[in-house]
Amino acid sequence: MKIELIISGFGGQGVLFAGNLIALSAMKEGYYVTYLPVYGPEMRGGTCNCTVIISENEIASPLISNPSFLIILNYPSFVKFIPNLKKEGIAIINSDLVKPEEFKNPKYLKKDYKLYFVPVTSLAESLYTPLLANLCAIGAFYQITKIFNKFTFKKALKEILGENKTHLLEPNLKAFELGAKYIKENYR
Amino acid sequence: MSKFFRFPKSLKKTLFHYCPGCHHSIVHRLLCEVIDELKIQEKSVGIASIGCACFLYFYIDVDILEAPHGRACAAATGIKRAKPELIVFTYQGDGDFAAIGFNESFHSALRGEKITAIMINNTVYGMTGGQLSPTTVPGQKTTTTPEGRDPNFWGYPPKIAEIFAGLDGVAFSGRFAVNTPKRVLETKKALKKAFLAQIHNLGFGYIEILSACPVNWKLDPVNANKKVDELIKFFPLGTFKDKIKEKEE
Amino acid sequence: MKAKKVLVKGVEAIALGALEADCKCYFGYPITPQNEIPELMARELPKRGGVFLQAESELAAINMVLGACATGVRAMTSSSSPGISLMCESFSYIAALELPAVIVNVMRGGPGLGGIEASQGDYFQAVKGSGHGDFHFMVLAPYNVQEAYELTVKAFEFAEKYRNPVMILSDAILGQMKEPLILKKLKIKKYPTDTWALTGAKGRPSRIIKSLFLDSKELKERNLKLYKKYQKMKEDVLFENLVNEEDEIVVVAFGSMARIAKEACLNLRKKGYKVGFFRPITLFPFPEKTIQDIIKGAKNQLKFVVAELNCGQMVEDVKLAVNGKAPVISLPYPPSVIPFPEELEKDIINV
Repeated sequence: MKIELIISGFGGQGVLFAGNLIALSAMKEGYYVTYLPVYGPEMRGGTCNCTVIISENEIASPLISNPSFLIILNYPSFVKFIPNLKKEGIAIINSDLVKPEEFKNPKYLKKDYKLYFVPVTSLAESLYTPLLANLCAIGAFYQITKIFNKFTFKKALKEILGENKTHLLEPNLKAFELGAKYIKENYR
Repeated sequence: MSKFFRFPKSLKKTLFHYCPGCHHSIVHRLLCEVIDELKIQEKSVGIASIGCACFLYFYIDVDILEAPHGRACAAATGIKRAKPELIVFTYQGDGDFAAIGFNESFHSALRGEKITAIMINNTVYGMTGGQLSPTTVPGQKTTTTPEGRDPNFWGYPPKIAEIFAGLDGVAFSGRFAVNTPKRVLETKKALKKAFLAQIHNLGFGYIEILSACPVNWKLDPVNANKKVDELIKFFPLGTFKDKIKEKEE
Repeated sequence: MKAKKVLVKGVEAIALGALEADCKCYFGYPITPQNEIPELMARELPKRGGVFLQAESELAAINMVLGACATGVRAMTSSSSPGISLMCESFSYIAALELPAVIVNVMRGGPGLGGIEASQGDYFQAVKGSGHGDFHFMVLAPYNVQEAYELTVKAFEFAEKYRNPVMILSDAILGQMKEPLILKKLKIKKYPTDTWALTGAKGRPSRIIKSLFLDSKELKERNLKLYKKYQKMKEDVLFENLVNEEDEIVVVAFGSMARIAKEACLNLRKKGYKVGFFRPITLFPFPEKTIQDIIKGAKNQLKFVVAELNCGQMVEDVKLAVNGKAPVISLPYPPSVIPFPEELEKDIINV
């Protein structure tokens, strides 16, 4: 088992937070993981992505050219990474910012992708927490892969939020559940 | 009658290599007397810097570290922060302290490092043969200002003792000279205070000592000694900050 | 008790390793991509009775390390390429004064201000000449987060053992990537410092730590003493050797490039190519004897391929070690063109 995941979006969408959280949850399930952020000099804005590798075996290269899994949170990321997705690769796509019609473009139709269009931005907004689109995406990722269980995820989330942000635990979990539920209801 | 004048315990019994009429040897002796009187020989670490006085370790019988040119105050900071129980002093020339090492000197003073910095100001680079120093006074001839220091071209010398007196981290700052017996005694008193500032944990202790360099001033020892009086016109003597006195009052 | 497992960046692992090794003083100046080291030290060192101080420059920082080390206390600094360049004068002094300083360089792209991408462009600087005079660092190059932690502990031990500065040479990829780290309680070796450290001349003659030797005989002796020390360091040479005697190609790489190279080599082996992988962990002393042994033990004519994130630096040391007995080919990847394993595979096959 090996998941080679790239998460990509605008700076400020919580891309790095999401990558870190997925890597930590997978580590707590006993997997080998690597998490590599691609960072720029700017702290906010711009595009931002990170690579997370989850494997049953020791991981050599933390860099990958062809991901097996994508979480795409904005349009520029879609254009940049979808062509690199492996054959039969999986992608979670923020359908608020990338319309499914985009896939009529023959460029994107070559391989047998499994695509999940999830309106993570509007899901998060329905909770009055627009900044938690990333957590909705993780919820979807969880529902599709089941690579970690909910209990482990909660432990990892608690650890990352730390003592000073315990009040954010509930809203984060809610957003996570909403993402998971969306997949359950629309893709099974 | 008790013996008044004796050889300082912390001064090594050897001949000074300094040129005739140089004031380093006087200051070395004063430094040793102060170390003896404060009974800090066994817990002192001195920093020898680059310049004529890098041979400090031949004369002063305490643990001594040689720092790169200009970095004495940074090295002293490292020692003092690692072992706060030690008494740490630097002995630097004007080039070392005020030119290449000004940033380290200034920031150590800003941080209020509990160290004592001694700056020997002879207005030239002595060891390298008498070139321009930041403290070369206007009009003074050096080997790199053969026509004399023109302030329009070279700017002006810094008055470090006055500048440092304005820094909150500094507990003692003053400028002294050793060209008359009276001034020698005053210098010794001030030197002691620059150490007391450290011993009482009050902050950075700074003492600047105007010093003759007969060879590079191209004067005989007697006239070089007299010339220090001229320097005083540009570099006034005195204590500009004294937190020890403030504390006592 | 089972050791705790945490998910941390390479640079954080270095800081945690330093704390484990009982480092008591950290002096530094901020520079990307290694700021997590000073930030972690600022939080943790004071709790353990240590000292954290942000200096006014790298120049001041390294000289604070110089001062602290002179008292026998374990002290370190960390920086990235341009900051390391600023410290070079003092590295020479620290080596000459025989002080056990630990210096971390998380390399970024150069020359000049360069960029903040991963690079291994400072190999020459670390291994050959980071200051004037005839001296060497001991240079350790970790390739994963666990090793970053454990090699940092070793760096403090080696520094004290040899009374010589030790550099940990890492880069932006390993520095910024997160991996699980098992916080092993390691048995920390300590070497006596009370025979030389400056602690005040109480009950002993006063000591001098200096590097000025105007007497030519004395200076020659000092240089020979250092040279002997560098020879002795070879007993602590470290490497990872995955070369079989049937192999025809040996890929040599260090640091995070070795991660990519290892994956490429393992993939090529699966495809039936006879490719071995060799990774120097100590860059100085360089594992030259092992490379010679590899050549002696080979059943086929070998070809060495050296892959680096620079325009070819370590390749020179490989050439010296190979000493004409096999072709040595350089695969240079300057900053910002970090190859993916598949690309490297192609480049290796093309060779």
